[in-house]
Amino acid sequence: MSQNNGSSTSLRLKIGLAEMLKGGVIMDVTDYKQAEIAEKAGAVAVMALERVPAQIRAEGGVARMASPKKIREIMKAVSIPVMAKCRIGHFAEAQILQELGVDYIDESEVLTPADEAHHVDKHQFKTPFVCGARNLGEALRRIAEGAAMIRTKGEAGTGDVVHAVKHMRQIVQEMKILTVLSEEELYAKAKEHQAPYELVRMVAKAGKLPVPNFSAGGIATPADASLVMQLGAESVFVGSGIFMKNSTEFADPEEAEKRARAIVKATTHYLDAKVLLEVSEDLAGAMKGLAISGIDEAHMLQTRGW
Amino acid sequence: MKIGVLALQGDFDAHRKRLEELGAEVVLVKKPEQLDGIDGLVIPGGESGTFLNLLGDAGFEKLKQFVRVKPTFGTCAGAILLATEVENPKQVGLGALDIRIRRNAYGRQIDSSIREGSFSGSPLEMVFIRAPKIERLGPGVEVIGTEGKDPVAVRQGKVMAATFHPELSTDSRVHRAFLELVSNGTR
Repeated sequence: MSQNNGSSTSLRLKIGLAEMLKGGVIMDVTDYKQAEIAEKAGAVAVMALERVPAQIRAEGGVARMASPKKIREIMKAVSIPVMAKCRIGHFAEAQILQELGVDYIDESEVLTPADEAHHVDKHQFKTPFVCGARNLGEALRRIAEGAAMIRTKGEAGTGDVVHAVKHMRQIVQEMKILTVLSEEELYAKAKEHQAPYELVRMVAKAGKLPVPNFSAGGIATPADASLVMQLGAESVFVGSGIFMKNSTEFADPEEAEKRARAIVKATTHYLDAKVLLEVSEDLAGAMKGLAISGIDEAHMLQTRGW
Repeated sequence: MKIGVLALQGDFDAHRKRLEELGAEVVLVKKPEQLDGIDGLVIPGGESGTFLNLLGDAGFEKLKQFVRVKPTFGTCAGAILLATEVENPKQVGLGALDIRIRRNAYGRQIDSSIREGSFSGSPLEMVFIRAPKIERLGPGVEVIGTEGKDPVAVRQGKVMAATFHPELSTDSRVHRAFLELVSNGTR
C-alpha cells in the first residue's frame, strides 16, 4: 500500500488532485512573470505554454510542447500546481513532461496533433492527464484511455464562449438521457457514443462523469466563468482571456491581474449576481476576441482529437 | 448539529457528502456572515493561497475569531490555513494550531501517495496529495495520527487538522472524531 503501483491507487491520486482544483481557475501563462501574477490573483494552477492559443491561432506554424526550460522556470516561480500540454498522441512529449515533474499533462487539441488515429495511452503514466471533449462519447473514450480530468474543448484562443457552452450543454444533456434509460438501452447507447459499455453504465448510475468535468475554450470574462459554472462545470480554464489584449498583443500586467482576480471571484461566487456585478464593474474590458461564427471548420482546433 | 464547510474552492463537496452520511446538517460557507449560524467548520483541501485570496482581509479576521471559539477541522490546505507558521513559501495562518507546517513537503504530484498510517492507535488509509508536513509541534498540540515517524493528524483544544485527505477514503473515523469534538466541546 505504500507504493503507487496499483492502477486504481494511481487513478485515485490522479483524480484526487483534480478534486483539489475544483471551484478554481487554471490560467494559461507563457513565462514565470505571468505565472507569478496568476498565483497572486488566486489561480489554483497554471498551464505553462510557449504561446497562448490566441497567438498560436494568429501566427500559425506547428505548435508543440513548450520548452522544458521555460516550464521549469515557471515550476520554480510558483507553489501552485503546474500543468503543461503535449500534442495529441505524442507520448514522447508526455514522457518528457512526466520526467520534468509537471503536476498535470494536458493532451491538447490546441497543439498540432502528432497522431491522426491514436491518443496517448495515459494509463502508462504516473502523472495525471486532462483531455478535451465536445461530447459524452469523446469524454468517455478519453477516460477509458486513462484521463483523470475532462474539460470541454470550446474553441480555444477566441475569447468567444459559445462553443464552451455548446460542449458543456451537450455533455450534460447526454448524461441526463442515460440516467433514465433501461439496462438494455445502455448497450445501444454505448455503441452510439462509441464508448466502453462499463463507463456508459457508470454514468447512467451516477448521472455524472467518473472524473471531474471542467470547462475551457473561450472563457474571457467573469460572466463567462459564471455561465459555464452554472451549466455544470466544476472549474474553469482561462487561456488567452487574461493575459491577451487581442490575438497578438499582451494586456498590461496590471490589467491582466485585475481580470484574473475578477474571474477567480466569479468562479467561487458564480451563483451570486451581486458579486458578479461588483467584479465586472471593476474591469476596463476583455480581450478583443474572434467570433467563432466567422471561423471555417478547417481552422477550428476543436475538431482535432478522435 | 449544523456543520459548515468552507466552500471557496477545493474538495468541499467530498467533505459535505461524508458529513451528511454521518448525519450532520451541512452548510456550504462562501460568505463570512454564514459563520454565525454554525456549530463547527471544516476547511477542505485545495490551494491555501487561493483560500486566503478569496477570504480577503475581512473574511480572514472573521474566520480567525471563529476558530478561536468554535470547533474547526482542516485537511491539507485547511491544516495549512489553521497553523501559526507556514513555510515554502511563508504565508499567514489563522494561528489556531501551534504548529509549523511546510507546504508541498513531499514534492510534486508525482510524489503523491496513498499510505497506511495510524489514527487514534488503529491503522488507517491516508491519501496524501501534494501534502504538507508538520515540522514543529507546540506544547499544547496532541498528535492523534501518524504516518511513519511523521505527525499527520493533530489536535489542540477544539481544533483538529490532518495533512492527508480522509474525505477521499471510505473510512469515516476521522470525520466521526471531529463530530464528537463538536458535540462534546473541548476537554
